[in-house]
Amino acid sequence: MENAVSIMGISKSFQKKQVLKEISLDIHKGEIFGLLGPSGAGKTTLIKLITGQIKADRGEIRVLGLPVSERTKIYSQMGAMLDDSGIYERLSCYDNLKLFTDIYGINKSRIGEVLKQVGLSGEERTISASLSKGMRQRLIFARAILQEPKLLFMDEPTSALDPAMTAEIHGLIEEQKEKGATIFLTTHNMEEAAKLCDYIGLIHQRKIVEYGVPDALCRKYNELNQIQILFKNGETVTLPNSPESAETISASFRKNEVESIHSTEPDLETVFMKLTGRSLI
Amino acid sequence: MRNVTAILRKQWKDTLKNKNVLIQFVMFPALAVLMTFAVKMPGMPENYFVYMFASMYIGMAPLIAVTEVLSEEKEKHTLKALLMANVRMPQYLAAVGGSVLLACLVGTACFGLTASLSGAEFLKFSAAMMAGIILSVLTGAIIGIACKSQMSATSLTVPVMMVLSFLPMLSTFNHTIKKFATVFYSQQVYMIISGGGEGNAAVKAWGIIAVNLCVLAAVFLYVYRRYCTEE
Repeated sequence: MENAVSIMGISKSFQKKQVLKEISLDIHKGEIFGLLGPSGAGKTTLIKLITGQIKADRGEIRVLGLPVSERTKIYSQMGAMLDDSGIYERLSCYDNLKLFTDIYGINKSRIGEVLKQVGLSGEERTISASLSKGMRQRLIFARAILQEPKLLFMDEPTSALDPAMTAEIHGLIEEQKEKGATIFLTTHNMEEAAKLCDYIGLIHQRKIVEYGVPDALCRKYNELNQIQILFKNGETVTLPNSPESAETISASFRKNEVESIHSTEPDLETVFMKLTGRSLI
Repeated sequence: MRNVTAILRKQWKDTLKNKNVLIQFVMFPALAVLMTFAVKMPGMPENYFVYMFASMYIGMAPLIAVTEVLSEEKEKHTLKALLMANVRMPQYLAAVGGSVLLACLVGTACFGLTASLSGAEFLKFSAAMMAGIILSVLTGAIIGIACKSQMSATSLTVPVMMVLSFLPMLSTFNHTIKKFATVFYSQQVYMIISGGGEGNAAVKAWGIIAVNLCVLAAVFLYVYRRYCTEE
């Protein structure tokens, strides 16, 4: 599979403090990649390195087949919704986007399209300062997808949003994936990562400590390997995941006694705790 | 060029809605018109208020406007969004500086008309004003680039602005202040526009302005390399 981003042995320090240590990572084209880690783990620094905002001390980064130093070519195919992305508060939603259509040299009709896509139709003339937090995020999202990017960077796109707004942003991210965009997402929300991401990387203390498909990672760390059965009478029984247990479960099903059945594989939060000894938040 | 004109257009729209900046462009020309026609005193030099407010204008309006715009864009991360849209820093600075320069041209014309200047007088006045405005834009850019937030930019702009704006006025009352003020371009612009600089004095005034330009350009390059190319 072709890579949208290749990171090879990247290290970065600020003054004498090392922030990233020998990070290597491949992000395939068309996938949603989630970088998970607690605050201060180095997620934003990694995004800054990949987007060419800062230079690595060591290692190599290629974005869309180009060395990261070729920022002009990369930026013309890239969109970004960073955690600190700003908008022009005194300008309307339309004028905020028009500035960027003028810069990109694309048709103004695109403004209406993206505003409709993000659910801000009818807010063209609204002054940005009067937008709610969720609407601002959607406006920034609209700006990020204005030039139909091949690669989209999203740094904690749903932080501080309510569940309904979070679901809306998730829908927009999935829409971009369907259109073929590669999405690089950072989050410390494990549910978000499990729901959206094709691949995830767990970052802790400057290093990527685990990488893979979310389900596969959970299965990999399923040390208990047990099955939990909830009976209709309210009783819960935990059995080892073995051929012997199959007989018991099968018998209970035949007697119509089973309410539900669950495997005991850990969620991503538990995997992260197992690997690092600390929680994500 | 497309990027510069796009930012220029945005800047005009934004300035018209930004009271802090807009008032800087309007206040001094308006005061000059008002005072010139309202206050008539025997023995008062011709166009006294026009020249006084014009010298204050060059030390204040472009400086505050550029600093405010740059520091706000940095603080609110809109500058980052522009840079990630392939706008280069020199293009951005040219657009912001250009928009301020254009706004100040309107103010300069207003001062010129109030003073009823014509022909060579108006050209000399405009040339001196433009030189002062360009130097203030450069000073504003230095402060705006170097400061991380609007608050730190304001705390640095206020003393600089006071020195540049008020020294020409104060120097008319005190000889020591006048000697001290000589090194600043705003004082030299005041000298030129108020007719105090003729012959050798004019050459000296333009020379000091040129030295100011060299010093500010050097500081600007240092600050630009230090803060705009490290990331």
